[in-house]
Amino acid sequence: MTADQWIALMAGIVGGALRVGAPFLFVSLGECLTEKSGRINLGLEGVLVLSAMASFGGAWLTGSAWLGVLIGATAGALLALLHGLLCSLDRVNDVATGIALMLFGTGLAFYLGKPLIQPQAPQLPAIPLGNWSENPVVRSALQVNALVPLGIVLALLLWWAFARTRIGLLVRMAGDSANATRALGYSVAGLRIAATTAGGFIAGLGGASLTLFYPGSWNEGISSGQGLIAVALVIFARWSPLRCIGAALLFGGAGAIGPALQSIGVGWGYHLFNTVPYVLTLVILVLTCKPGSVAAGSPGELSSTR
Amino acid sequence: MRSALKEAALPAFAIAAALLLFGVFVWFAGASPLEVWLILFKGAFGDWFSWQNTLQRAAPLMLTALCVAIPARAGLVVIGGEGALVLGGLACAALPYVLPLPGNIIGSLALCIAGALAGALWIALAGWLRQYRGINETISSLLLAYVAIGLFKHLVEGALRDPASLNKPATRSLAEGLAIGGIGGSDVHWGLVIGIVACLASGLWLRATASGFAVRVVGGNPRTAQLVGLPAGRLILAACGLGGACAGVAGAVEVAAVHTNANASLIAGYGYAGILVSFIARHNPVAVIPVAILFGGFGAAGSLLQRRLGLPDASVLVLQGLAFVLILASEGLRMIDWKALLRSRDVPLPQVRKEPQLHDEPPVPEQANAREEPGLAHPPQAARPLIHESLHAVREAASLRRAPQ
Repeated sequence: MTADQWIALMAGIVGGALRVGAPFLFVSLGECLTEKSGRINLGLEGVLVLSAMASFGGAWLTGSAWLGVLIGATAGALLALLHGLLCSLDRVNDVATGIALMLFGTGLAFYLGKPLIQPQAPQLPAIPLGNWSENPVVRSALQVNALVPLGIVLALLLWWAFARTRIGLLVRMAGDSANATRALGYSVAGLRIAATTAGGFIAGLGGASLTLFYPGSWNEGISSGQGLIAVALVIFARWSPLRCIGAALLFGGAGAIGPALQSIGVGWGYHLFNTVPYVLTLVILVLTCKPGSVAAGSPGELSSTR
Repeated sequence: MRSALKEAALPAFAIAAALLLFGVFVWFAGASPLEVWLILFKGAFGDWFSWQNTLQRAAPLMLTALCVAIPARAGLVVIGGEGALVLGGLACAALPYVLPLPGNIIGSLALCIAGALAGALWIALAGWLRQYRGINETISSLLLAYVAIGLFKHLVEGALRDPASLNKPATRSLAEGLAIGGIGGSDVHWGLVIGIVACLASGLWLRATASGFAVRVVGGNPRTAQLVGLPAGRLILAACGLGGACAGVAGAVEVAAVHTNANASLIAGYGYAGILVSFIARHNPVAVIPVAILFGGFGAAGSLLQRRLGLPDASVLVLQGLAFVLILASEGLRMIDWKALLRSRDVPLPQVRKEPQLHDEPPVPEQANAREEPGLAHPPQAARPLIHESLHAVREAASLRRAPQ
């Protein structure tokens, strides 16, 4: 490989980390908020696909990408609200409900998204981070989604809210001890439904960044398990919104290896390189989980870690 | 029999409610619900042609549902059946590359065994990660499914590709004698028999054998299993391996009976639909058979819906999703005592057995003690207030539980 190719590869991976990592960031923040309240929402995969479809459709119909983002996030919040309500019934398992909503959300998105496969929707503006460079490859690789700064602000906001605000503490209390919450006179189910819905809204922003920035179109293979990787990513980030940023960038970079290699003409093993994020997730889970013990920093009521 | 009917009532209601909601849903899309229901029935069970289509789809569904049901009995939620199915199909298609097979039933059997082994290893890996590494098996099995699909595409488009397959990458087609044929000349292949036998056998295994019972103990109460000294790790691995083997056979049968080679059409979502089938069958392997036929029927009717009414092919996915959501919601309504709810709005408190002199009076005063004969059947004096206290606590707890939270 020549030096130019190396630069292109590195730019592809770094730029890809920011581009591919954006949906990871939003979904993991949404999942982090949900899990902090003591529930696990595997349905965020469905939320991601549904909101990707809804934001693309919304942007196409209204002609405004930002309205599309809002519509997508709202759709995500509604599906998550359904998860929250269902799980509040007695004897309804949150993991099983998540699987059901994963199927339901993707089914609904594929159904409603049929007429959206052809058209082009207005896209979100890009922030040119690569303008310092003379190299056009680097310039085009470092075009960053306008939602990414919002995601970083959101992560900081969540981190601050969990540590400092009343509502943040309430959510954490619902996640750590349902009995304590009840004893203080708060509704556990209400807090969890609110946190799950807000988590769905945030994850919906991730869906919007899929169809309105990168890859920038709607098709049925738009998400391949990003929503679920985010669940593992939250475990890796030990339920800290700040660590979610780093984890999302790492996974984005891993997901960008395949396309970056293809862009410089290495076609071999394209599908293998595309599995890197999944393998990386598994490796990280192997390294961070210990049998018979609860993961550090996990909310006490969480069924996945018990 | 009565209890079996009772068990089936709620899932039946949930499916009926899902069909009803689906009718409302297509009504919004401008189609007539009545027509949709009619076509769903016709496309699934209307004539012999639809029945063949239905049963052809039911066969892999039964096997992938077992991939969820058997581990579920051991307490694991495995949702990566798609990965085991894909690898099973790949192993089946790849075996003739490395081993000359006789072109008869023995060869076909070898193909199925190859598929079973591949699937078993894949799901057992998820079980191993859970048991010995503490990794949530729901997440890991799904991640493994994506890895399996990547591996499948890599090999089918690379090392195993038949150079003659130009537009759609595929492996070399199986030899004529290796393919699994139809039953009695119909389109329904022997995979259906394999599926039904697998369901019945695993049902029997879980119900009637010691090891099956042990698996259910491990799933029902891990602590009891530990106390009794059951080898939980090995049992979980066995349950995952068996489940994975079933899904692997599903993939092998799909290749050997339907596609004749491994190509991307194998990744058709049977693994995910199997999750739904298993949950609706409440993880009962025998109940999987009718549920798989029902959902195979909905799948078969999907293309008819598309042709006749112009509904997108994903409409069946919506129906499946609705059914899944409702079946889980019905689980939450199962324990409600409807009769008591109808009788009166405020349910009476559970009665605490009354012992008047302990219950309603304040702790026994000194003078009262003098009236009693000491040393008889009464509890010692010091214990009395204690009993009083504990009764009081029970009563309070009971009223607390009834209070709206």
